[in-house]
Amino acid sequence: MNAPFQPESISLDQLKVGTRASISSIDWASLEESEAARLRHFGFDEGVNVEPLHLGPFGRDPLAIRVGRMTVAIRRSHARAVRVNLTA
Amino acid sequence: MNPLPLVAVAGSPNAGKSALFNALTGARQKVGNYPGVTVERHSGRLTLADGRPVELVDLPGAYSLDPASPDEAVTRDVLLGRQKGERQPDALVIVIDASNLDNHLRFALQLIELGLPTIVALNMVDLAKRDGLELDAKRLEAELGVPVIETVAVRKRGIAELRSELDDMLSAPACALTERVPTELIQLQRRARDIAKAAVVSESPVRRWTHLLDSVLLHPIVGPVILAAVLFVMFQAVFAWSEVPIGWIESGMAMLADGATNLLPEGALRSLVVDGVIGGVGAVVVFLPQILILFLFILLLEASGYMVRAAFLMDKLMHGAGLSGRAFIPLLSSFACAVPGIMATRTIDNPKDRLTTILVAPLMTCSARLPVYTLIIAAFIPDRSVGPGIGLQGLVMFGLYVTGVAGALLAALTLRRTITRGGGGGFMMELPKYQMPQVKDVVIGLYQRAMIFLKRAGTIILGTTILLWALASFPQAKPGESQVEASIAGKIATGIEVVVRPIGFNHDIALALLPAMAAREVAVSAIATVYSIDASDEEAASASLSERLSGRWSLATALAFLAWFVFAPQCISTIAVTRRETNGWKWPMFMVGYLFALAYIAAGATYWTAVALGL
Repeated sequence: MNAPFQPESISLDQLKVGTRASISSIDWASLEESEAARLRHFGFDEGVNVEPLHLGPFGRDPLAIRVGRMTVAIRRSHARAVRVNLTA
Repeated sequence: MNPLPLVAVAGSPNAGKSALFNALTGARQKVGNYPGVTVERHSGRLTLADGRPVELVDLPGAYSLDPASPDEAVTRDVLLGRQKGERQPDALVIVIDASNLDNHLRFALQLIELGLPTIVALNMVDLAKRDGLELDAKRLEAELGVPVIETVAVRKRGIAELRSELDDMLSAPACALTERVPTELIQLQRRARDIAKAAVVSESPVRRWTHLLDSVLLHPIVGPVILAAVLFVMFQAVFAWSEVPIGWIESGMAMLADGATNLLPEGALRSLVVDGVIGGVGAVVVFLPQILILFLFILLLEASGYMVRAAFLMDKLMHGAGLSGRAFIPLLSSFACAVPGIMATRTIDNPKDRLTTILVAPLMTCSARLPVYTLIIAAFIPDRSVGPGIGLQGLVMFGLYVTGVAGALLAALTLRRTITRGGGGGFMMELPKYQMPQVKDVVIGLYQRAMIFLKRAGTIILGTTILLWALASFPQAKPGESQVEASIAGKIATGIEVVVRPIGFNHDIALALLPAMAAREVAVSAIATVYSIDASDEEAASASLSERLSGRWSLATALAFLAWFVFAPQCISTIAVTRRETNGWKWPMFMVGYLFALAYIAAGATYWTAVALGL
């Protein structure tokens, strides 16, 4: 796991606004079925580029995330299921 | 009878599907319902070049054929020919947003697999170009294997081409449907991305305008301030802009009443027409301008893309009340009417979230309460200014709305901790790009709402008004006795009065409550009908309804009446739609019970506080 060429992987909710990253894995099992389906509909998939654009005014929740050419809103708790690699 | 060929218009949400549908069919649309579910069915007619008529149906927006909401289930079932009350479409128009190819192509690929004759409308190519996206439609056509037509629905670009392509397609002999081979969603998504990459000639950074606007409208401090301002302007406008048209309607009604009085001989018929029909229905139709202004705002907020931003801003607070930001749109629509609001809860995926939203939706102040509020406020609250641009009457109205919202949030919180406990709940929404609302689409929306309201005025309200007129007019009073007291309605009201006397309600109110079960605004026409029957001629000629009220009711009673209407579930349509949406009588009965209890307590508390304060 700690091989030197492995890029740094963090969860999507930790990613700073305006930082681009690529999805490395999604913990589908931690999501309810309909939530997982919705994320797939939005185009969440390994290798897809994401970028947090805005945060909700209260408690920095939900998050507005750019996925491909779309912007979607998801809650922080769901963003935790998505791991991303920072792109150089 | 051979039914018309049916063409379904399908696509992902925010692809501009309804705009395209409007461009193809014009204003000649029918709004109905799919049987058994409360998903609206929008259909319209299109005439092909050779004069053949075709029926077009606008399917609910969906991301895929694997539904995550009841709306999407209808879309799937219609397309697979499994939807009750709908024949299988003969052809398909798939609408995709040119600037969101990689996502929308996934659903398009899934639909093309169905094997129906299909055309793809590559919509909003102008906005894609504005976004710096250059597309190759021919390449896309080759990859997809079906005709692709570039369209800009709101400017009618590509509509003629689409129509002639449909013509060719429906003239060709029908081919047999291929059995659907379900392909993995992820596979489709990856193929969609590959095709999108191939079709894009050049691209530059995405959605500069939308991003710029969002950085202001979704700003953690500025965003909520703007939202509050938008809502405040909306409610002030409902009053300020409606004054003039209301005046026109009132004078029109007065002319009608004069005309009828001159034409008809003195007696029961004249009383029925003038007091019952014109007086009763007129008292409700007068509120059409306010309802249209409210719907205008809601339609504009929806069409511009701001409504979803409002949901985004409100999600955390809604979450605090046990709801999701998605509930914000149904609840905001409930300000117009709880019926479309409750129907809009279909977009909430989580069943417990959805049930809670349905149960509290009637607490949002719907437009049918406006007539009641306006009448009482005009009669009892002085029309003076309490600050620059802020009238006291408007402020009281705003307070009533806020009370309803607070009541809804508290009720949701309580329900979520008790009866509708459990379920994760979530908030997942697409934030579409901002768009200038199109006059045509807004006008069609307003027209449909106005028709629904006028139909109600012409049926439920007219019917109950006439019934009430009859109950209040017979038996005839003996000389020296009040007509209303002597009538059947008077006797019934005396019975109700026993129950509502402790919360400060008088005989008139008891009389109005019963017919107001049909629809809240009937309370106004009921009071109007009763007073015009009861009034002596010279009084009737001079005093307006609100002037007569302020002479008869105490301020404490009026305030208690307002408090009652904030909570009371007086609307048969709402109860009926709740029954349909929850599949049974259990939840509507529960809703009616808890709301009446709240109404009784609120009116009582208001009355006794006001009396104690010496009002």
